[in-house]
Amino acid sequence: MKDATQGRVFGRTQLEDLVIVPLFALVAALFLGALVMAATGVAPGTIAQSYAALLKGSVGSIDAVSETLTAALPLVLAGLGLALGFRAGLFNIGAEGQIVMGGLAAVVAGVALADFPAFIALPGALLAGAVTGAFYAGIAGWLRAATGAHEVISTIMLNLISFRLLDYLLRTPLIQKEGRADPISKSVPDVAELPKLLTFLDANLRLHAGLFLTLVMVAAAYWLLFRSKLGFEFRASGENAIAARFAGMNAGLTIVMAMAVAGALAGLAGANQTLGVLGRATPGFSAEIGFDAIAVALLGRSHPVGVLFAGILFGALEAGGRQMQVDAGVSIDLIGIIQSLIIVFIAAPLLVKAIFPWGFRKAGTGKGRS
Amino acid sequence: MTVLLDKARQRQTRITGIILLALGALIAVFLAPDASGVATFRLSRPTDVWPVPNLVVPGGAFIYVASAFLAFFGVRLFLRGGAKWSARLLGIGLIIAVAAFLVWATAGKSFSFTGMLQASLVRAVPIALGGLAGVLSERVAVVNIGIEGMLLAGAFTGALVGSLAGGVAGLAAAVAVGGVFGFVLAALVVTYRMDQIIAGVFINLFVLGLTSYISSQVFQEYRALNNAPVFRAVEIPILSDLPVLGPVLFSQNIFVYGAFILAGLATYYLFHTRHGLRARAVGEHPRAADTLGIDVYRTRYVNVTVAGMVAGFGGAWFTLGSVGRFDEGMTGGRGFIGLAAMIFGRWHPVGALLAALVFGFADSLQQKLALLGTPIPSEFLAMAPYIATIVVVAGVVGRARAPAADGKPYVKE
Repeated sequence: MKDATQGRVFGRTQLEDLVIVPLFALVAALFLGALVMAATGVAPGTIAQSYAALLKGSVGSIDAVSETLTAALPLVLAGLGLALGFRAGLFNIGAEGQIVMGGLAAVVAGVALADFPAFIALPGALLAGAVTGAFYAGIAGWLRAATGAHEVISTIMLNLISFRLLDYLLRTPLIQKEGRADPISKSVPDVAELPKLLTFLDANLRLHAGLFLTLVMVAAAYWLLFRSKLGFEFRASGENAIAARFAGMNAGLTIVMAMAVAGALAGLAGANQTLGVLGRATPGFSAEIGFDAIAVALLGRSHPVGVLFAGILFGALEAGGRQMQVDAGVSIDLIGIIQSLIIVFIAAPLLVKAIFPWGFRKAGTGKGRS
Repeated sequence: MTVLLDKARQRQTRITGIILLALGALIAVFLAPDASGVATFRLSRPTDVWPVPNLVVPGGAFIYVASAFLAFFGVRLFLRGGAKWSARLLGIGLIIAVAAFLVWATAGKSFSFTGMLQASLVRAVPIALGGLAGVLSERVAVVNIGIEGMLLAGAFTGALVGSLAGGVAGLAAAVAVGGVFGFVLAALVVTYRMDQIIAGVFINLFVLGLTSYISSQVFQEYRALNNAPVFRAVEIPILSDLPVLGPVLFSQNIFVYGAFILAGLATYYLFHTRHGLRARAVGEHPRAADTLGIDVYRTRYVNVTVAGMVAGFGGAWFTLGSVGRFDEGMTGGRGFIGLAAMIFGRWHPVGALLAALVFGFADSLQQKLALLGTPIPSEFLAMAPYIATIVVVAGVVGRARAPAADGKPYVKE
């Protein structure tokens, strides 16, 4: 019994938990996904074909790996922010809105800095994204600290507000592309674009320098969370807010800071999309990344390295899913089912044990103990 | 501790005061000069049994009076810091501000006030039922982020079964499927002790994935599977002939009546029956409840399953109560707004219903204003309800308290 409750504690090191459980979850989710396909009348041959396409589209070629990583980057960035918030005891649903605001701000800054060289324009645009995201999330943090308004509600409302604000701003003369009547922003100038990394292999490869940004941010988040005073305060107020206050920590400031850092990372995720992939802002450019990132942060157990791998896994499913739709004609929405099943299998070890009593869990624990 | 609370409360009152004062100033500066002529609100149609005359309001005068009231409230709150009154004054102040805004937008024109109220109720239904589902499960300390998914599941099942076997069967199936997802949530968090928020996120993602998948994989090809009958309005004899109240309250479809009845039933159940008392005990202090012989696990299973059924009923509104067909992700965040309504309504069924009505009103107000052709961009009108929610949640409900054990798993010893 004790063992089972400990299963949720962060930082488990056993091989079973880090490799076998996720692998098992992936296989079981794919198996159930196949059952769903069979139940909706997809022929067995097509099911096999679609999973072959899933593999091919995610890791089967340089192009596939490039697509996987491109899809993973914003998920990892936003997921890192959410993970920091979770550690501080804040359930921030607002990554989507922070991505919208950050991504748009990056475009605006990029356009404004078009006459500067790249080493000023690009960092300037990224910074604008991060600061705007931080500010937007900070509103929710401030409201929580100053008035006690629950962050789940305020971040949901800020998401909805951001979508409308985006629709409006994309039609203002400062932002709208010249000569267009529909809501679309000016294009990001070359100097502010995140350079493509693999164009020397093939001009169509979309992987961009956001990769380095993301890796740096994973390391920075790790440092912030486990090596810095601020991160200690985040974790302390997340574990026990009352104890943290009696230890002399400023609870309100911690909340605002945690939200701001989370917002900065989500804003960077938005900037990463507009400066690296899309080249402009359009309505709905955030594409639910902020909601998928919640799953990524949970799956990565709110640990920066875990978030990195969870993000890559989700990116691979995303990229492979597109291939699956093209090759086998199976709707990409199947990926959503598989992603949710992976989460449930990883987050509920007791459930897995109940379904497979003879399974790895018993064997794994036995191995661990011997 | 109390000193700290008092300080926070004082600051909150101050902020509320400033907001009201600012609202008053804004109204006086921006709205008053524009509001020439009278605003005419149509209250009944000429065909009504008992027609009532239109409500005619002189624009400019009304707005100046409104802004004076707002300024008075704001200054009073700021100077006196009457914490007791801050919530009520903020509420009244917001109502006055909305009224002034409405008069300004209608000045020189006329529009159907009754029609707007009627639309408010219809739009409030899924939010109210979502909020009610939240109340039922959070009262037994299970945080239900999965309401959005349960609404979507209800909408989907309603469309599918409704197309095959008729509206009533579709409604029953939607309720049943909502219950299944409630049961799944209960099983995950009670028996398998999964993190409650992760379990809710799982349900949302799973239902969104499954319904979108079937919708694009199957419905595209077999359109007959996605063509359900719609429940028409049921006119209650005599009462539906009342002016204003008749069309608003007594000439709606079963989902509107259902939301009101369920809110009443839930209040009775939670606060006036033995089982309700037990449920609340499980939500406040499961260990003590367990010691007294209440089966904590069973109580949570039953309540969360019922919450799922309520959400399934609310979900059916999207298809069987309005358009008759299912679209991918058609709930559009209503489940989350339902959660907001739950907190706004202080974890009380009637509170959640009233909060949902406010959201519904804001929603239909925004649509009407867009029709009236105000110079304000429609995006800002669409934003207004959300901003109002934030203001209200920050100003009024900051002190509301969730059930003590909310979100915590319980392990029997």
